[in-house]
Amino acid sequence: MGSIGWLKTAIFVLSLVPFLRLFVLGFQDRLGANPIEFITHSTGFWTLTFLCITLAVTPLRRLTGWQQLIRVRRMLGLFAFFYACAHLVTYVWFDQWFSLEEIAKDIWKRPFITVGFAAFVLLVPLAITSTNRMMRRLGRRWSQLHRLVYVIVILGVAHFWWLKEDKNDLSEPWLFAGIVAVLLLFRLLQPAWQRAVRSRKQAAATGAARS
Amino acid sequence: MLISVRDPSQPAASEVAPEAVYRSRRRILAAAGLAVAGLPLLAAGPARAQRASAALGELAKLPGKPSPLSTMERATSLDDASTYNNFYEFGTDKSDPARYAGSLHTRPWTVVVEGEVAKPKTFDIEELLRLAPQEERIYRMRCVEGWSMVIPWVGYPLSELIKRVEPTGNAKYIEFVTLADPKQMPGLRSGVLGWPYLEGLRMDEAMHPLSLLTFGMYGSVLPNQNGAPIRLTVPWKYGFKSGKSIVKIRFTEKQPLTSWGRAGPSEYGFYSNVNPEVDHPRWSQATERRIGEDGFLQRKRKTLMFNGYGEQVGQLYAGMDLRKHF
Repeated sequence: MGSIGWLKTAIFVLSLVPFLRLFVLGFQDRLGANPIEFITHSTGFWTLTFLCITLAVTPLRRLTGWQQLIRVRRMLGLFAFFYACAHLVTYVWFDQWFSLEEIAKDIWKRPFITVGFAAFVLLVPLAITSTNRMMRRLGRRWSQLHRLVYVIVILGVAHFWWLKEDKNDLSEPWLFAGIVAVLLLFRLLQPAWQRAVRSRKQAAATGAARS
Repeated sequence: MLISVRDPSQPAASEVAPEAVYRSRRRILAAAGLAVAGLPLLAAGPARAQRASAALGELAKLPGKPSPLSTMERATSLDDASTYNNFYEFGTDKSDPARYAGSLHTRPWTVVVEGEVAKPKTFDIEELLRLAPQEERIYRMRCVEGWSMVIPWVGYPLSELIKRVEPTGNAKYIEFVTLADPKQMPGLRSGVLGWPYLEGLRMDEAMHPLSLLTFGMYGSVLPNQNGAPIRLTVPWKYGFKSGKSIVKIRFTEKQPLTSWGRAGPSEYGFYSNVNPEVDHPRWSQATERRIGEDGFLQRKRKTLMFNGYGEQVGQLYAGMDLRKHF
């Protein structure tokens, strides 16, 4: 196992900590007066966090030049999906008690739920197509499909934003919005920046040739 | 309407359930929830109840005589009722008030009563405590966020105070001004709401026998995080209508502008009566989660019109379109 193998193992264990923490807190009776709300907020927070960490892999790789980093990205993305599932299950089971009618009403009537649900639905094909076989089968279309993650993370922040609006306290949603903005801007600006570097090099090269 | 008017000969819920029992009820639910999640049931430590007891141990007793207006429903644990609060002056997280309200000084404390009254006066808190006989009123409390509790409050009808200051004919509304001291309240640094926190009632609402000027809960004076030393309790309205740590009561001719009314006029109306048929723009008000009871083992319960106090207060709103005046 190379160094990336150890890193993968470490990340796997660390990524489970927020989930196991909920059980430990539950046993210690530390989930507060409204444990379901606590679990819902916690799993939602970690979904967004893992989406951001996943989106940070490419910029980190470019900035550090450590190409191997790409090998932890799938696992991080799948952890985002894992926490999203825990989040959704908490809502469907303990908040709505499987009342499909109520859930449908919520999704239809409440933009905050609509947006969160849409983000989850879009995550599903990404999780399904995360295997090596699917990557090979889809070829170029795989990366096109997986650009959906940009839409998903924006929907996720909007979902969190609308939730926090009732507290009139948007400091955390602003923080996530800022992080996502930086991560997405990197992708927008990076090709242009690379082009500029390349053309400057070319110009230098042709200039040198002329003289 | 499901109003259970309590037989005064019946013991109060806080007497039925010894403190240790209602403190630990939630723990059982949490443990059960984990069992549902497929893990073996381990013995949950009594940590939380002990923490809360230690923090609240020094509260002075404030007994009240049982009231026929009390509900017979099971009281929420003191532990939950004193650690899960909305009191933005101490932070917007519901665990913030219990954590930070220790810095609130409840003595000396005065309440200025002014405006459209014949006898304006500044009351000392000790005088207010003795103004009328203290009663224990076990009320349902429904938060606009979709959860509820049952709390044994101690206080007396607000009307007792109103009568003594003799409102003039111009007094149509009452505005409640609450403490806003940045030295004692760390939450004031954030601009989440306009400070001081303002609330208001129409005169007939304020005079209603259910409107309680509240000094205690669970047989003791109010914990700071619950609005010590004096707060309002209006059980048929969403919880935020009941201002905490009141310093001024002003009688006005015009409807006062409330803090939430200013922050979100389309979401928080002046009346804010509990109404399962009028949804908050971002969530349904049809159901509520009773803290300590509904959740892992039991689904959320239906919210009742006027929080179940329709029989007593319905006539206050006869002929009013409650969708318009939400």
